Amino acid sequence: MTESQPTAIVFDGVSKSFGSKQVLQEVSFSVMQGETVCLLGRSGTGKSVTLKLLIGLLRPDIGKVLIGQDNISSLEGDDLSRLRRKMGFLFQSAALFDSATLEENLALPLRRLTDKSKSEIEHAVLRALAEVGLAADRYKMPGELSGGMKKRAGLARALVLEPEILLVDEPSSGLDRITASEIDDLLLEQKAKRRTTIVIVTHDVHGARRVGDRFAVLDKARLVAFDTLQCLENHESKTVRTLVGGQ
Amino acid sequence: MICTIADGGRLKTFLEFIGVIASFAARVITSAWRSPYEFEQTWMQVGEIGARSLPLVAASGLALGVVMTLHTHSTLVTFGAAAMIPKVQSLSFFIEIGPLVAALLVAGRVGAGIGAVLANLRASEQIDAIEVLSVDSFKFLVVPRVVACVLVLPLLTTFMDLTALLGGFLAEHALSHLSAQLFIERAFNGFAWSNFVPPTLKTTVFGFLIGTVSCYYGYTTDEGAEGVGRAATNSVVLSSLLVIVADVVLVKIIFLFFPGSAL
Repeated sequence: MTESQPTAIVFDGVSKSFGSKQVLQEVSFSVMQGETVCLLGRSGTGKSVTLKLLIGLLRPDIGKVLIGQDNISSLEGDDLSRLRRKMGFLFQSAALFDSATLEENLALPLRRLTDKSKSEIEHAVLRALAEVGLAADRYKMPGELSGGMKKRAGLARALVLEPEILLVDEPSSGLDRITASEIDDLLLEQKAKRRTTIVIVTHDVHGARRVGDRFAVLDKARLVAFDTLQCLENHESKTVRTLVGGQ
Repeated sequence: MICTIADGGRLKTFLEFIGVIASFAARVITSAWRSPYEFEQTWMQVGEIGARSLPLVAASGLALGVVMTLHTHSTLVTFGAAAMIPKVQSLSFFIEIGPLVAALLVAGRVGAGIGAVLANLRASEQIDAIEVLSVDSFKFLVVPRVVACVLVLPLLTTFMDLTALLGGFLAEHALSHLSAQLFIERAFNGFAWSNFVPPTLKTTVFGFLIGTVSCYYGYTTDEGAEGVGRAATNSVVLSSLLVIVADVVLVKIIFLFFPGSAL
């Protein structure tokens, strides 16, 4: 990735606290279009909060979050919805609608946000489910799926609108190494096929090293490092070196 | 919140709470008139809230009708007013018992259900998932539930009134072999539309209160799994309380506009 590429995301001097707990303090970084950035850090250092700030589920106390040219933290209503259509979000728990089948989970955004016909929606849903290997399970309820299948279904729902930016919260949590690796493969495929900008929060160093172009390390509410793997493996901070799996 | 009100009597906290609920209710009303309209979701909720409450309302109406006749029969016979039993039955149910009991039953069954379901959706990040899919979660989840409560309660109330009359007739028939035709004639002799329409329509207000309060507790909870139980309990307690308070106010208003409806 080069700095000459257009910027997809700018996180500019963002601070966020909940009550007296400061979760993020003057955090700044930017993500280029088509780049994959992995957010690493110990538990409770504000990684998931960063993702929620990126998609406007939370608003910063100070600073701004730019998606393209738009400050998402200042948008509301239809403007916010319009910007969110460019983005997909895979939740840590997948957050599938438990009263709907897989097919209905994926069809909801297509029905609401596009003018596709019923058969076009069916086709798009089937294609998205086939990409994650769940086409045969389209009539199943989320409760009937394993953890890995739920994650893949969540990923299919996040991708069904073909977003420019994909935000992924802990894709490998609760999964075995092989299943986690399958999720990483899907992310790599997405990156290669559609040049989607991806921001991933993860504790899985192995997966992060496979998927990430650059790595942001958060510690004690601050961004302590943001660079490529090679640079961070020899970083002066032991915490950074440990988190990226270096010496 | 309720504990705070009861224990501390902190006026400021109480007024703040009233303000928050009122602004939530105002958001429901303004959102309900704005497109896109959630007809499919509303229809689903009408089925969920209405059809599934029907057996409870029917059984309660039937039982209350029987009990009411058993209580009044001997007394009215003593005073030679046995012929009044059907009319006492119809007036008391259509004017007050039907609307209030139906509302309290719905507050118990549906209020707890709505509070728990929405709180669970919040705890499992499903509401956030709806938001990130660019769907207005408030319009998608809250408005259809409140609208369904408003639409369904008058129907459930009418159903309760009728099943109570049926229960009353069965009991009276068992005690005095009164025919169905005579029971109906006596029940509706001198019965005015103002005895039925205003009391039944007041349940739309009860429906709005039950729906709004239950959705408020469910939608705004941020306490994870523990909040699910609390949302369900608070929904039932506050919506039942508000139904009773609103009933007092609405009865007074009905008397004002329909003086003939007073017993």
